[in-house]
Amino acid sequence: MTLAEVLSVIEGKKISCDKDFSQEVSMACGADLMSDVLAFTHAGTLLMTGLTNPQVVRTAEMAGIVAIVFVRGKLPPPETIALAKEKGIPLLASKYTMYETCGRLYQAGLPSCGLFHLTADTWPDNLPSSCNQQA
Amino acid sequence: MVTNSREGKATLTSGPALEVTKLQELVYELKIEQVMTQKVITVSPEDSMRQLKEVLRLNRISGTPVLRDGELIGIISIEDVIKALERGDIDANVGQKMTTEVQTVFADESVIQAVNKFARFGFGRLPVVNRQGKLAGILTQGDIARGLLRQLEIDYHEEEIHRYRASHIFEDIVSDQTGLILRYKVRAQDFVRCGEAASKLKRALERLGAKPATVRRIAVASYEAETNLVIHTIKGGELIAEVQPEKIRIVAVDSGPGIANVEKALQPGYSTAPEWIRELGFGAGMGLNNIKACADEMHLESKVGVGTRLEIVINL
Repeated sequence: MTLAEVLSVIEGKKISCDKDFSQEVSMACGADLMSDVLAFTHAGTLLMTGLTNPQVVRTAEMAGIVAIVFVRGKLPPPETIALAKEKGIPLLASKYTMYETCGRLYQAGLPSCGLFHLTADTWPDNLPSSCNQQA
Repeated sequence: MVTNSREGKATLTSGPALEVTKLQELVYELKIEQVMTQKVITVSPEDSMRQLKEVLRLNRISGTPVLRDGELIGIISIEDVIKALERGDIDANVGQKMTTEVQTVFADESVIQAVNKFARFGFGRLPVVNRQGKLAGILTQGDIARGLLRQLEIDYHEEEIHRYRASHIFEDIVSDQTGLILRYKVRAQDFVRCGEAASKLKRALERLGAKPATVRRIAVASYEAETNLVIHTIKGGELIAEVQPEKIRIVAVDSGPGIANVEKALQPGYSTAPEWIRELGFGAGMGLNNIKACADEMHLESKVGVGTRLEIVINL
């Protein structure tokens, strides 16, 4: 999916308009915990986040994130925009919540960046909660 | 803060980082149209099961889409032929025996979508359609395996070129052990500039021609290490990278306060970070684990009141 298509699916706005929006993203991730982004994403990922500080751009740079979508209509401060410009990372804004922004993209066919079988393999068989037991 | 007064000292060596990652990335990067078989053998609903049997046998395939006037209306497989034979129904029409609710994938979708569908439904093949709903090809798990192998081979050639560039500087400068040392000072509590050291190191390694996947692991590990220096130290510290032809050694050192309980610090989710750091999206106790996952070797030593030394080795 190109960034231009992402924009139309989330009915979003460009924050940095000089960037190339024909770039492709092959998967996406929604997170406010930057360590999770560093741990679980792949190069080629689109990041949805509610954080707007410059460390989001740093994290994106290190993890090979293609572009960042700020959710819930939040706009990043000038220092974040400046750093993103320096690093060549396009910034997008969505007026929808994290859940809806991710949901729209997932429905449009953009897959999750989760390590698909590792996640399933490490899922515990016996969850501690009693509500998982079959009646 | 941690109040345990036990002197912390621990060393651990992790195994090589997961090699499956490259293949997983490819499954996302490759599009179905890049791996599918474009030339599709099809049958019409008016064909008999006997004719279908011959089509399957002569083309050495085990199933085929059913088309009427170019429209995909069903799918039929060798299993249906066997069932028809058992029932003496071999002269029935394909249209009577086919599956009409066809699971398809889009040509421009990523291969992961097909992998998931194969896993979920256990089909032998999936018809591939374009966004207009027209049949564009057919996909089997064998097509996916072949496509991945082909792409791995292309990536491998690119990697060879990268490796040549990386080794060049070390070939030109001859010594018994050549190493390039890059030092970065990291200031305590300066969160605005946090990541500059890792960013510069990343750029340096790209210039040296290191492989992109390796650069990413080094960048993530050194960024987490730098973040720890910013969050936890009193006077900041230093990030020192020694690049050798075969590996990179990154050392993060500081002069305190030191970690009271190193074993605890290595537990996922354990953190002593203050609230303001957590609000910035860090300090969730995953940093050292992230570093360990990226590194081929990791050693952590710390003494309260003296300082901490984290050493990471990543093979190039």
